[in-house]
Amino acid sequence: MTKEQIRSAILQIISEIAPDEELGEIKDDVRLRDQLELDSMDFLDIVMELRKRFGVEVPEDDYMELASLQSSVTYLEPRMSHL
Amino acid sequence: MMKSERVVITGVGLTAPNGNNLADYRSNLLACKSGISRIETHYMGEVVAGVCNYDPLKYQKKKELRRGTRAGSIAIYCTHEAMANAQLDLDRIDRSRIGIYIGITEHGNVETENEIHSLKEYGYDLKFWSHHHNPRTVANNPAGEVTINMGITGPHYTLGAACAAGNIGIIHGAQMLSLGEVDYAIAGGVSETIHSFGVFASFRNEGALAHHPDPLKACRPFDRDRNGVVVSEGGCLYVLERLDDALSRSAGIYGEVAGYAMNSDAFDFILPASEGQVRCMQSAMQKAGISPEDIDLVNTHATGTPQGDPQECRAIRQAFHGATPYINNTKSYIGHTMGAAGALELAGNLPSFEDSIVHPTINLDNLDPECAMENLVVNEPIRVPKVDCILNNSFGMLGINSVLIVKKYC
Repeated sequence: MTKEQIRSAILQIISEIAPDEELGEIKDDVRLRDQLELDSMDFLDIVMELRKRFGVEVPEDDYMELASLQSSVTYLEPRMSHL
Repeated sequence: MMKSERVVITGVGLTAPNGNNLADYRSNLLACKSGISRIETHYMGEVVAGVCNYDPLKYQKKKELRRGTRAGSIAIYCTHEAMANAQLDLDRIDRSRIGIYIGITEHGNVETENEIHSLKEYGYDLKFWSHHHNPRTVANNPAGEVTINMGITGPHYTLGAACAAGNIGIIHGAQMLSLGEVDYAIAGGVSETIHSFGVFASFRNEGALAHHPDPLKACRPFDRDRNGVVVSEGGCLYVLERLDDALSRSAGIYGEVAGYAMNSDAFDFILPASEGQVRCMQSAMQKAGISPEDIDLVNTHATGTPQGDPQECRAIRQAFHGATPYINNTKSYIGHTMGAAGALELAGNLPSFEDSIVHPTINLDNLDPECAMENLVVNEPIRVPKVDCILNNSFGMLGINSVLIVKKYC
């Protein structure tokens, strides 16, 4: 998967776990929590969906890497580039 | 500190398979309109069931619906509707003085079954088990979701009481008001049970699941050809207040909780026993300080099972020994709404205080002689001289009995 495809995949997951949110104006370099109503259970949902859809494991120590869209793509790119 | 013990109903919020507010529900009861349909359920295929069609997005965001449970959603809908009906504005009252007391038959079956069903796709690997399972399945879930949605900070919990739970939610709410624990009780019952295949399968394997070519005719209490329970979802929550408080804010009053009783058969896991039901009705009337002649209307619990209905009829004949209240049944329209049943069935009869009309039990084509009772209202509503006092029966598995008496406030 390319970086752009990974970004789209993450946005797709967020659109499903936060269906009331408007994602059109989202800023890649700003923390997701600062832009959207997301709590720790939502981040666990993102981790779960990455596991279910792409077989990607995000260990608990790495959860902070999912803070923003940009950091998520950077973190996931080497783990999803083969997909 | 003990406060005034007189407790009144000042608001009603409900969803039933044939109505999403009291006016529509009552109108359909008087028009003899059933709300039973067919649904597909995991592993069981098609079954007859009662489904509610309220708009969940009226009071919840999509995310709340995704995260929460159906029982929680039903409870949230009913609470908002009841508060609005009671003309209570959450921004003008102390939210810490509101208690949420919700009767449930069971909770957690649906969510656990769904998890296991979904897990099959992942080879039953538990790393795919949802982290939402815990908060969805704790027994206080339906009441807790209400507090989160509405910012209510008083006590909340559910009362697990099989199919006697709707009455018991109301009884418990009245008790908490009498004790001065809260100023407003949101009380009644909810059920999401139709989303559990296990409940249908269990009833079927007990020989107690209703079946009929026409789902509208599947639930037929007292009929010779009845063959079991129609499982339904639903909810009914009341705003209860101490009489003095209700009067001081000039609240509309639907009725007064006049008496109640709860007891146990101590007999069987499934089968009811009329002796316990008789004692429960007698005890409720005694607590209300009234005699059988004072009861104008009895809402029966009867679910349409071959074994259960005659037991209750026997109990009513014995408890009323010569008195002849009008008798009806609401499950024939909406099926068995389980934890909501007692509360929903009471709601259908409350308007009788004003219009003196009693809705009938429907689908009664051939009366089982064992279920014959004087003044059983059958297939057509009737106008009666007065309805000042209603006795509401609600019984459940493990021999739990609850009887609630509500009288007209005047």
